[in-house]
Amino acid sequence: MRPAEVSVTAGAGQEDGGRKARARPSVLVAGLAVTVALLALVAMASVALGARSVSFGAVIDAFVAPDGSNDHTVIRELRVPRTLLGLGVGATLGLAGALMQSLTRNPLADPGLLGIDQGAALGVTLALGLFGLTDPVVYVWFAFGGAALASVAVYSLASSGRSGSSPVRLALAGVAFGMVCTAISSAILRMDSQTFDRMRFWLTGSLAGQTADTLVRLAPFMVAGLVLGLLLARPLNLLALGEDAGKALGVNVNRTRILTGVAVTLLCGAATAAAGPLVFVGLIVPHAVRALVGPDQRWVLPYSALAAPILLLGADVIGRLIARPGEVQVGIVWAVIGAPIFIMLARRKRVAAL
Amino acid sequence: MNVRVGSWSVRLAPRALLVSVLLVVAGFLVTVAALSTGEFTVPVPDIVSAIFGQGTPVAELIVGKLRAPRVVTGLLVGAAFGLSGAIFQSLTRNPLGSPDFIGFTAGASTGGILAVVAGGSAMTIAGGALAGCVVTAALVYLLAYRGGVQGYRLVLVGIGANALLLAVNSYILTRANINDAANAGAWLTGSLGGRGWEHAWPVALALLVLLPLCLSIARPLRMIEMGDDAAKAMGIRVEVVRAAAVTAGVLLSGVATAAAGPVIFVALAAPQLARRLTRSPGVTLASSALMGAVLLTAADLAAQRVLAPTQLPVGVLTAAIGGTYLVLLLRKDRH
Repeated sequence: MRPAEVSVTAGAGQEDGGRKARARPSVLVAGLAVTVALLALVAMASVALGARSVSFGAVIDAFVAPDGSNDHTVIRELRVPRTLLGLGVGATLGLAGALMQSLTRNPLADPGLLGIDQGAALGVTLALGLFGLTDPVVYVWFAFGGAALASVAVYSLASSGRSGSSPVRLALAGVAFGMVCTAISSAILRMDSQTFDRMRFWLTGSLAGQTADTLVRLAPFMVAGLVLGLLLARPLNLLALGEDAGKALGVNVNRTRILTGVAVTLLCGAATAAAGPLVFVGLIVPHAVRALVGPDQRWVLPYSALAAPILLLGADVIGRLIARPGEVQVGIVWAVIGAPIFIMLARRKRVAAL
Repeated sequence: MNVRVGSWSVRLAPRALLVSVLLVVAGFLVTVAALSTGEFTVPVPDIVSAIFGQGTPVAELIVGKLRAPRVVTGLLVGAAFGLSGAIFQSLTRNPLGSPDFIGFTAGASTGGILAVVAGGSAMTIAGGALAGCVVTAALVYLLAYRGGVQGYRLVLVGIGANALLLAVNSYILTRANINDAANAGAWLTGSLGGRGWEHAWPVALALLVLLPLCLSIARPLRMIEMGDDAAKAMGIRVEVVRAAAVTAGVLLSGVATAAAGPVIFVALAAPQLARRLTRSPGVTLASSALMGAVLLTAADLAAQRVLAPTQLPVGVLTAAIGGTYLVLLLRKDRH
């Protein structure tokens, strides 16, 4: 049954399940344009606003006529890489969350909540703390290893046992595994106070302190994960009908699962290597997106990848503005915003039944 | 096997009784080993005289002032964590539903490291931890309340609170200066190093009051595990029992965290290991407490001796044990 997969890349697939999407594709395309415009606005705000006040004219000058002044250096060397990092990390986490929720059919799936980010963080801590590897292209592989291990462990931990993988089981398995990883990370960090001092900021989840070089070197991994993830929209759509129905419609179930796992690993590993473990971004965004565009993954996945960086950068800007001249790390801002939303979702009666 | 004294009767499963006796023996052996061995060996017969001030001054100092408080704190903290874990696993009907994962320990940590960063004494740190735990638990319980508290909702709300509190904890670490941060980080790993009698007393007191309470609600708790409706049909006041159990569980994990820091996984593993040994269908409170005591003291002994002279904090070891246990859970429980 090859044709099913081939038509994914062609972006067609009107013949089944497409009725809902076909009813209002023009609205959804227009919405995509609005989302991109919003993203551009937030990105501009992220470049212009910060702990140090820079006039709007100076922001423009920094690009058209850089003169090496302090303001221009701040913008070119710090804020632009930081903004690009936020775009990349946001897109990867948003897509990773959407993929995980689709694959596990679990409304509470989130890379940070299910321990995948903490697994990746343990990998990075091992690389930096024990082996002294400081090149992001080297330690990103440790992050991938940790993320992959965590995905496999949490997924099988949750789906073992009589009740199968209920949302509660999956969430608990994720928290438990995440705590093992965090405990081992902090044990490693305690042996070396210099690494501890460096890592305590990174472990909070922060976009600050990474250079443009890091971003450039991690970008290929992020792009690979994004492309692979977006290509999985169609088989995931068919799998959502149930495993048997999916098989009957020509989906290779195991291959889809494995490829989704690979995509999630790439996305979470690269995002964590860049910004530390960030909780809730991948949870909240796909929920909001599904409420707006419906359950079709061909819309949910790209919308999630575009909407998440808006919210991540927005939170980052808020964190910079509320604690001047210091800043609140974006991971904290997100935890404060995300936890109440998560608790609201958890209080809904439906969750247990899903 | 039923034991009857007048109108008072208790059902004893022979296997559970045997397991309890074996656990007491194991706890005794670990205690003796912890008191006698180390850099300075005290022969076993001299231990008793050293504790009661009849031994050599060196033995008295090492056994009575250094080792004994540490072992006793370990036994009590372990028992408190084990009992608390058993209560919450029973309430949530989930083997992973332990106070470590539903925010209570994280809340205690927040209170504790706030006190550490503020330069508080051991007493202030303990008070901060207990307060943090109680406040967190109250909020989680209220947020999970919807005409009664369902286990799954308690777990999910707790997980949300846990994520928030872990972020707050790391925020406190980033705002503190490096020395305070390192101290708080050390406390956060969970350790029995340098514990004195002042750490052991509060836990002992809590156990003295709460253990009988827990045992008296053990039976209704088992009924509630079958489902609220079934329990109600048998005349059990479900919400009253549940509120009492939550209160006891929270206080126990609070005082335990206050004494030793957030030692993770004891509350998770002890009830499950005890359940497997007793072959009981559900968690059992008394054997879980005993198992917790043995588990924590044995882990602490290993943490001191395995890499000697390097002293590992016991929290690292319990995390490693917990990781192994999770893998076992993953492999064995396929039905």
